[in-house]
Amino acid sequence: MSFVPDIQVLCCHYTSQQILAESKDELAGDGLPENVTINRFACGGKIRETAILKAFEDGADGVCVVGCDPEKCHNVMGSKRAAKRVEAVRKSLAEMAVEVDRVEMFQLERGFHPEFVKAAADMNERIMGFGPSPFKNGGKK
Amino acid sequence: MIIAERKPVNEIVNMIRDAERVLVLGCRGCVSVCSAGGQREVEILASLLRLGRLKEGGKKLTTIEATLVRQCDREYIEEMDKWDGEYDAVVSMACGVGVNFIASLRPHARVYPAVDTTFYGASPEQGVWRELCAGCGHCVLHHTGGLCPVARCAKSLMNGPCGGSQNGKCEINKEVPCIWQEIHDKLEDLGRNSELDAIAPIRDWRSAGHGGPRKVVREDLTV
Repeated sequence: MSFVPDIQVLCCHYTSQQILAESKDELAGDGLPENVTINRFACGGKIRETAILKAFEDGADGVCVVGCDPEKCHNVMGSKRAAKRVEAVRKSLAEMAVEVDRVEMFQLERGFHPEFVKAAADMNERIMGFGPSPFKNGGKK
Repeated sequence: MIIAERKPVNEIVNMIRDAERVLVLGCRGCVSVCSAGGQREVEILASLLRLGRLKEGGKKLTTIEATLVRQCDREYIEEMDKWDGEYDAVVSMACGVGVNFIASLRPHARVYPAVDTTFYGASPEQGVWRELCAGCGHCVLHHTGGLCPVARCAKSLMNGPCGGSQNGKCEINKEVPCIWQEIHDKLEDLGRNSELDAIAPIRDWRSAGHGGPRKVVREDLTV
């Protein structure tokens, strides 16, 4: 049976506002894989390490964290803080011998841009290559 | 404050490999301030430990997450009573003092360290900590302009600088200031550099722990 990864996008409200104005069908038409779930946060700065880790605990195979251009964050430091937290999670994944690229920070312009869909699609493709999360089935792929 | 850093996750996962229920215990003292072992770090570590168990396989890991006011006072350790029978092991995110204290006060508890306790330091800027005190038990700061040669000189010299000081930097690393250069400069600025003419005597290091574990008893406070 082919592997369909569970991709979770943890996203700043401001970055994703116009993306989320679209329906699921419209997003699929734009190229967003159907196995991608978008979770909106008030700001990138509200995306804590625990939210990323919980996504993995809940079965995510890969996590995209999406925030605004770091110099244009509505709350000044939110996107930069999110990027630091993503790095902290990547360090912890490395300590557990898990592919660090299962989580990545994307800092994108606000509004609907193909880059948002591309980030999720690229992550989907990458995780297809990695296979299921090692946090599933006792690390057996 | 005491500065600490979390150990690599895989090391902690391995410590608790045969436990099914773990109490992840933070401390609201120094390790909260240096973001190594406060409530936020407890939540992160608990999640990482659960993920680590999921990766390694075996029985599911259940965590209790809590943070004590301090782990270096008996009355706060006694708060652990409420979790008696609910955990197989404690992972303490306090400094080594907290781990030791729990191990001593609760002889039947398996307690493991989640952090490496590193030094006594201060934070000159956010996210950066520097060692400023060695806890040597015999403070000489009144002779050295308030700058510690024990903690901040690589050789803990009492009559510095040594011959390795170059352009105000230590020979061990060009990024490390020579504290003896700073001591001389500061006392000169204060017009008190003649105080450095006196040669500090050979030091008795017993107060620094070289005479075995140290203890302080304050008769005015004991009951």
